[in-house]
Amino acid sequence: MGVQKENSMIKQKQMLAEHFMALSQVRETGKKVVYTFVPGNLTELIRAFDMLPVYPEINALQSGMRQRSRAYIREAEEMGYSEDVCSYVKCDIGMMLQGNIGPTGRQLPPPDLLLLSYTGCFVFMKWFENLKHLYPEAEIAMLHVPYQEAGRIDPAAVRYIENQLRTEVIPKLEKVSGNTFDRDKLAAAMDLSAQAEDLLLKVFDSARHKPSPIDAYFGGVYYVGPIFTAFRGTPECVEYYTELVREVDLRIKSRMGPITPDGELSPERYRLVIEGPPNWTHFRNFWKIFYDLGAVFVASSYTRVGGVYDDGFRHSAEDPLGSMAEYCLGCYTNLSLPQRVDLLENFITRYQADGFLVNSIKSCNSFSAGQLVMMRELEDRLEIPVGFIETDLVDPRYYSYSNIKNRLDSFFQMLEQRKSMNHRQVQPV
Amino acid sequence: MGRRPTKFDDLTAAVRFARALYEDLSFRYVSAWKHDHPGGKALGYLPIYIPREILHAAGMLPVGLFGGGDRVQVIRGDAFFQSYICHLPRTVIELALGKQFRAFDGFIFPSICDVIRNLSGVFRLTFKDKYILYLDFPQNFDPSVGAVFYRHELERLANDLERLGGTRITTRKLNRAISLYNENRHLLFSLTGLRADFPHKLSAVDFYLILRAGYALPVEDHNAFLSNVLSLLEAVDAEAEDKIRVVVTGAFCEQPPLGLIKTIENAGCYIVDDDFQLGLKWIQSDISDDTEDPVGALVNAYLRQSTFSSAVYENGHPKGEQLARLVKQRRADGVLFCVPSFCDPSLLDQPQLERALDQNHIKHFSFQYHENLGQFHVIKEQAGTFSDMIKLWE
Ligand code: SF4
Ligand code: SF4
Repeated sequence: MGVQKENSMIKQKQMLAEHFMALSQVRETGKKVVYTFVPGNLTELIRAFDMLPVYPEINALQSGMRQRSRAYIREAEEMGYSEDVCSYVKCDIGMMLQGNIGPTGRQLPPPDLLLLSYTGCFVFMKWFENLKHLYPEAEIAMLHVPYQEAGRIDPAAVRYIENQLRTEVIPKLEKVSGNTFDRDKLAAAMDLSAQAEDLLLKVFDSARHKPSPIDAYFGGVYYVGPIFTAFRGTPECVEYYTELVREVDLRIKSRMGPITPDGELSPERYRLVIEGPPNWTHFRNFWKIFYDLGAVFVASSYTRVGGVYDDGFRHSAEDPLGSMAEYCLGCYTNLSLPQRVDLLENFITRYQADGFLVNSIKSCNSFSAGQLVMMRELEDRLEIPVGFIETDLVDPRYYSYSNIKNRLDSFFQMLEQRKSMNHRQVQPV
Repeated sequence: MGRRPTKFDDLTAAVRFARALYEDLSFRYVSAWKHDHPGGKALGYLPIYIPREILHAAGMLPVGLFGGGDRVQVIRGDAFFQSYICHLPRTVIELALGKQFRAFDGFIFPSICDVIRNLSGVFRLTFKDKYILYLDFPQNFDPSVGAVFYRHELERLANDLERLGGTRITTRKLNRAISLYNENRHLLFSLTGLRADFPHKLSAVDFYLILRAGYALPVEDHNAFLSNVLSLLEAVDAEAEDKIRVVVTGAFCEQPPLGLIKTIENAGCYIVDDDFQLGLKWIQSDISDDTEDPVGALVNAYLRQSTFSSAVYENGHPKGEQLARLVKQRRADGVLFCVPSFCDPSLLDQPQLERALDQNHIKHFSFQYHENLGQFHVIKEQAGTFSDMIKLWE
């Protein structure tokens, strides 16, 4: 059974179809193509040059969902890529070697520009170094985003990024597109970005209601789709989020839970916060484990990987380059571990979660290294049940239903015990 | 162990001294240094490179940390890092929790990969009383962009160290430190060149230990030690064996156990260059040591005089070509990719490096290890076969 379709989902599907259609027609339209990454992406800037973005991670996750990733990963491993490295990279390279057929079944055009703007992960750099060798004709632009090591944004880092935008990124975009930089066009997009960001945060914050009208992890990956990728800064993006907020408001009014592939989640039994990306190869199966038990995710770190808006950050028309720099610096995996813990603590208390779960991804050090320490820190601070499971993003070899289920059984037992303890405490004896 | 290297009369004693430093996982030499330098601070730093000149000018002892290798049993470290993360951070944390780092006043984490980066966060959460710094290096090499940022990073480091140590870092002190490290690099390059030309005069393990002492000793002492070793080597008279010459690459962070280095050599491969301790030779030529702006000199050196590495953006200079050049320069017969398991930077570079070697008709083979690997027979067999094959081809 498919996920029950709401208007916002239909809208998102249309947006994607049109985008991939435009990509398949670049030979005719002459539009230039930019490959770039989700965290710290410069979508508004790319669009200001009338270019079309492609996100290799999104292609990889779509390949995972469409059960293509196994073959792509095998192809890359045969080419010499180790079993132990990020499966997104291998999936992407394998896809390219097998004809670069995108999620809609159409061939994706090769990049005119590899825009190595990324944040929070060193693998991105290696990924594009590899792509550069596979697409020797493509121009490459690099935007280095420093880490928020001291737990705050250093003004020098903002200046460094702005400097790189001016001297490296914009000149390369101009060169490849043949268009000159139009600050007003960019500023207008920033306004639209900020509107969409406000609306997205409204959606996330609806999880304060009981029952939560959203699932901020499994549902969340759909909610962040347009804003994290090709559409931030477009009117369609604002329309999408306006519709989504309307749907969420309706669910709040009717005291409805989130929509799952098997209909509405009801009743809500457990409210959880989760750290780490989801598994894509068994997405439905993974989600089902939770909704069958009435477990809903009220917040997740993964849905902040393409931008953290909870702290008030918004793109700004007043200072387009400066706000893009701050945006890049603020993405979740660019936060120091203490900042990540604080953010998760805030989620747990704000959204009144019963427990905290880590889904540790085998191939993603950017998320995984340090997760065990973060988990213990949260357990100490909040004294809530914590759980730990392991999967992978798109490598199906690392999804073991029985292992996950076993671990989750003990986690849910803990949650149940805690619930009955709390219940006893409030009942007069 | 002795606090300072005395002048050694024979190579065996010198190597014994270096080995004792390597094996001292309680870092007693750091405590001894602090005893001799009341109020002096010691900072540990993770691979690969930091500008130690600044620490020296602040009157501090920089000590390179590589985890515990095969000499520490991991008990608590596995509760900090999942099995699919490289081995180094778990022995680092094991030592830290076991109080072996008690003589250190702080730790510096250079920006080389996600694991080291997040390890800095683990330290921040776990060791709240220590000074902790994550040092970002620019991946943009434009003097008007990357240099500005890196200068800011170094000034931040210098300010922190002045506060921590209560000593002002003057231009004079920094120039002096630069000149000492210039001398250190001269000696290291001489020794590396000598060993590349006459690998039979000094075993790979002994060479490794002599270099590695540079991560523990104050630079003045390492300089004296290297000069001593170089003069002792002049007297060594040994017969070259029928071995092939290889460059080993990939092991710039988590270090292979000594047994592995020995195995490569025993299997018929002289290691004529390697990146085992890349940080010592990160800067490839002299840095100006008589300038009014020594921080600027360090910045320029990083941007223009540093070596290639998997941790640094290739920026239009393909690393495969640089590796192929090194192979030619060392007159090596082939390359061994010796890569720590789960090491993203190294493993992700390998396919393109291999392609470049193929294009240059340079033979290569690869294997993975972790720092506490105990069994080497498979690697011995592979390295032996590689060596035999090359001899057959020649
Ligand atoms: S390591 Fe993680 S964050 Fe980095 S590219 Fe892979 S999946 Fe993305
Ligand atoms: S061994 Fe590789 S992955 Fe591990 S800390 Fe070192 S560079 Fe990072």
